Amino acid sequence: MTSPEPVVLSATAITKRFGTVDVLKGVDLTVRKGERIAILGSSGSGKSTLLRCLNLLERPTGGTIALDGRTIGRPDGKGCQRYDERELDRVRTRVGMVFQQFNLFPHMRVIENVMEAPRGVLGKSKAEAQAIAERQLAAVGLAEKATAWPAQLSGGQQQRVAIARALAMDPEVLLLDEPTSSLDPELVGEVLAAIRALSDEGRTMLIVTHELGFAFHFATRVLFLHDGKVLEEGPPEQVLKAPREERTRRFIERFTERRF
Amino acid sequence: MPELQFGVVFADFDLLIRAAGTTALLWAAAFSVGWSAGWIVAFGRRSPRLVLAIPARGFVECFRNTPVLVQLIWFYYALPVLIGIQMPAFGAAVLALGLNGTAYCAEIHRNGLQSVAIGQWEAGRALGMGRLRVFFRIILPQAVSRMIPAYTNRAVEMAKNTSVASVISVHELMYNARLFSSQNYVPLETFTVVAGIYFVVIWPISLASSLIERRRSA
Repeated sequence: MTSPEPVVLSATAITKRFGTVDVLKGVDLTVRKGERIAILGSSGSGKSTLLRCLNLLERPTGGTIALDGRTIGRPDGKGCQRYDERELDRVRTRVGMVFQQFNLFPHMRVIENVMEAPRGVLGKSKAEAQAIAERQLAAVGLAEKATAWPAQLSGGQQQRVAIARALAMDPEVLLLDEPTSSLDPELVGEVLAAIRALSDEGRTMLIVTHELGFAFHFATRVLFLHDGKVLEEGPPEQVLKAPREERTRRFIERFTERRF
Repeated sequence: MPELQFGVVFADFDLLIRAAGTTALLWAAAFSVGWSAGWIVAFGRRSPRLVLAIPARGFVECFRNTPVLVQLIWFYYALPVLIGIQMPAFGAAVLALGLNGTAYCAEIHRNGLQSVAIGQWEAGRALGMGRLRVFFRIILPQAVSRMIPAYTNRAVEMAKNTSVASVISVHELMYNARLFSSQNYVPLETFTVVAGIYFVVIWPISLASSLIERRRSA
């Protein structure tokens, strides 16, 4: 897609090694404003690790991440980046994340979950934070659950709260790490609908998902990861319907043959 | 059946009550030391740096694998030889019971912190919260509420352990009971009453603990 939009987030030659295992073997990625990128790949391909490297929740072994054109961290002279905790905190206020396991704070009510970071990190007043939280909860259809405890909600509702919590920071980029993978099948739809609603407001998003149908309609670009590298990328029409690579084709077939 | 002379004990009941006050003071002081210093040792245990983790581990193992009575006597009689300062008995008792409590509390803190899922840290950090903020706002509140049963167990255990301080002449409940019973030849009556006092002081803690637990699981 040729887009005049500015680059928001970029990754250059990202590698990640856990012990002796190379999970990422050099990934380059450029995310432009308003793009919606679906990252696909079989388990172990490194897609979640890639996502977690983008907000430095996982520190890459090599390579750099840049936000708004500014490289995060500085070279340590030995080919790696050194990161300053404060800088990472600032980066993460701009790059939100939604987790597979929701990770709501169980000791806080729903609205407190959403208010916590705007208040504590952005320094919003209680009234401001509350207004933001109410707006975000309404956006995911959970305004009436504001005073509930996370444990009282279904998985789908918890994940929608997690989305509201991430959006309360108004991040430039939202990362979604298999947001529906731990949900009962009947709850997947409501979460996908909430995510789809975000695309209407032009939110820049990267999603790791196994929902190929969703990826097809949602994404502006699809990335297929295999063995720690981007094997194939392009518009969903191309990658999902006419994959160039044999591995991509086999991966997609495995999903589609379940349909009847 | 001997003839019971509880009257003798109750005639000097105020003596025992004052002694119980000393017991309570010793307990409160030692538990405060143990709870607070326990955090320092717990963070040492959690540290990836071995210069911190190994001494912290050593401290915990030493205090958990020797009798508290030996520790108490060591601090009262042995430590002064080492440093050349004689400590008052009460101070030695606070130190010994406090450090013993430190070792146990450190493990409670550590296990409590570990029981909070790693995802909670990640969720906090991913929102741009700094390490300290995540710790105090997200991790600690969850950990402490899970630690309450273990804390109360430890508090009850320590309350009972204060009685060993009698051997280094801290004038707490047990010391006065022994004195009183040998002066008046009424061991049965004295120690029955003293057991009752310990029970009355300690039982409410156990009770509060189980109430808190029941409310938490409700």
